[in-house]
Amino acid sequence: MVDNSLELLLKNLPLLLDGLISTLTIALASVILGLLLGCVVGIAHLSRSSAVRTAAKIYLEAFRIIPVIVWLFVAFFAIPIAFNLTISGETAAILILSLWGGAEMSDLVRGALTSIPVAQFEAGRALGLSEIQLYRQIIIPQAIRRLLPGAVNLITRMIKTTSLVVLVGVVDVVKRAQQIIERTHEALPLYAFLFVLFFILCYPLSLLSRWLERKWPT
Amino acid sequence: MPASANRQILLSLENIRKEFGSRRVLDDVSLDIHEGEVTVVLGPSGCGKSTLLRCLNGLEPIQGGNLRLRGEPMPGSTGDWRAIRQQIGMVFQSVELFPHLNVIENLLLGPVQVQRRKKAEVLVEARAWLQRVGLADRELSYPRELSGGQKQRVAIVRALCLNPVAMLFDEVTAALDPEMVREVLDVILELAHEGMTLVIVTHEMGFARAVADRVVFMDEGRIVEISPPSIFFEQPATARAQRFLDKFLYLPRHAEQKL
Repeated sequence: MVDNSLELLLKNLPLLLDGLISTLTIALASVILGLLLGCVVGIAHLSRSSAVRTAAKIYLEAFRIIPVIVWLFVAFFAIPIAFNLTISGETAAILILSLWGGAEMSDLVRGALTSIPVAQFEAGRALGLSEIQLYRQIIIPQAIRRLLPGAVNLITRMIKTTSLVVLVGVVDVVKRAQQIIERTHEALPLYAFLFVLFFILCYPLSLLSRWLERKWPT
Repeated sequence: MPASANRQILLSLENIRKEFGSRRVLDDVSLDIHEGEVTVVLGPSGCGKSTLLRCLNGLEPIQGGNLRLRGEPMPGSTGDWRAIRQQIGMVFQSVELFPHLNVIENLLLGPVQVQRRKKAEVLVEARAWLQRVGLADRELSYPRELSGGQKQRVAIVRALCLNPVAMLFDEVTAALDPEMVREVLDVILELAHEGMTLVIVTHEMGFARAVADRVVFMDEGRIVEISPPSIFFEQPATARAQRFLDKFLYLPRHAEQKL
């Protein structure tokens, strides 16, 4: 039975890889954009301007309250109607996943920065460090260490959430697997493949996180 | 330790006024600190002694009065304090070593990054200091691997590596386990004997008595009394100081008379 399954998978590998490329492209783009956006908005949460802080808060709450899938539909269906444009499933997916990832990341960044005691800032200043030196040498390294577990968790969640894109017509690896199942009626090998695939995508991240935590203990 | 009158004035506070919102924390505080002098600031909680210390290196901005280092005015609340902070070292109650750096990295940060000195040169000095405080073998340890007393000794050395002209100590043993207090105070005593200018806020009365050239007693944001330790701890000039000291005596009243 295993031989047949492997043969099946190998025969359909090009299709699965095609779907995988789609998944990975969306995941990679969203993670990179989301993390960067999250850092910026995370700092905005701590701004002296209450207008900036409020804007950041509204953004965060919007993506906390409304499910990602709903935002995806808004981006893919509602926006084109409202603004008379066309937008591909991939674009909508990357847009929404980045915004959602950015919102979550901003909260992680804010948490990491506020968890550093004020006295650390004072101790750095008392040594004569400039603000830039203080942030580069003292604050940001500590913030990154505090950020790591949450950030890795978020990246894993983002990779898993890419599977929602099938709902806006993107043929990702999950969709490809479903198509193959429909055609061949062999569900088990395909789902086994998906299990192994997501394990391979996400587990190394977890290992990386643990390695980094050991390398940079706090 | 020689009399203050012979020595130059290093730091001077003139009519310092500091408020937190509507609360006046320092009220017309004036004090001259001479070179080589050890000044211990005592007082009840909330009297402003820590705030006073923090005004000296700009961690707290003042709303009125003048601060001078060797006659030169110190920067205001919007000014650049970096140069002054290299000359006035500070040690905190909460230690505040940088946890992501090991001991030697903590020590090198200031001299190399701020003072732009050569790492090799600073390394020699830093190691000599670690040797002096008995932590030579802990150079590569991380703060989490050290005891409270060890961490505080490293914090003192970190400030000393910048070669300051004065050191500020803000209740540096208050958060330590009792058996580790002595090892830290010994370091400070040594600095005092070598003629370093120190301003110390502490609750350790025995230590204050041993190390101080003079005691500055504060209450409610004002300096109430300035006396040499021999006078302050035996027969303070003010009743308020006496009331403060009474809190630290553990003898019941009749036992005092026996002595």
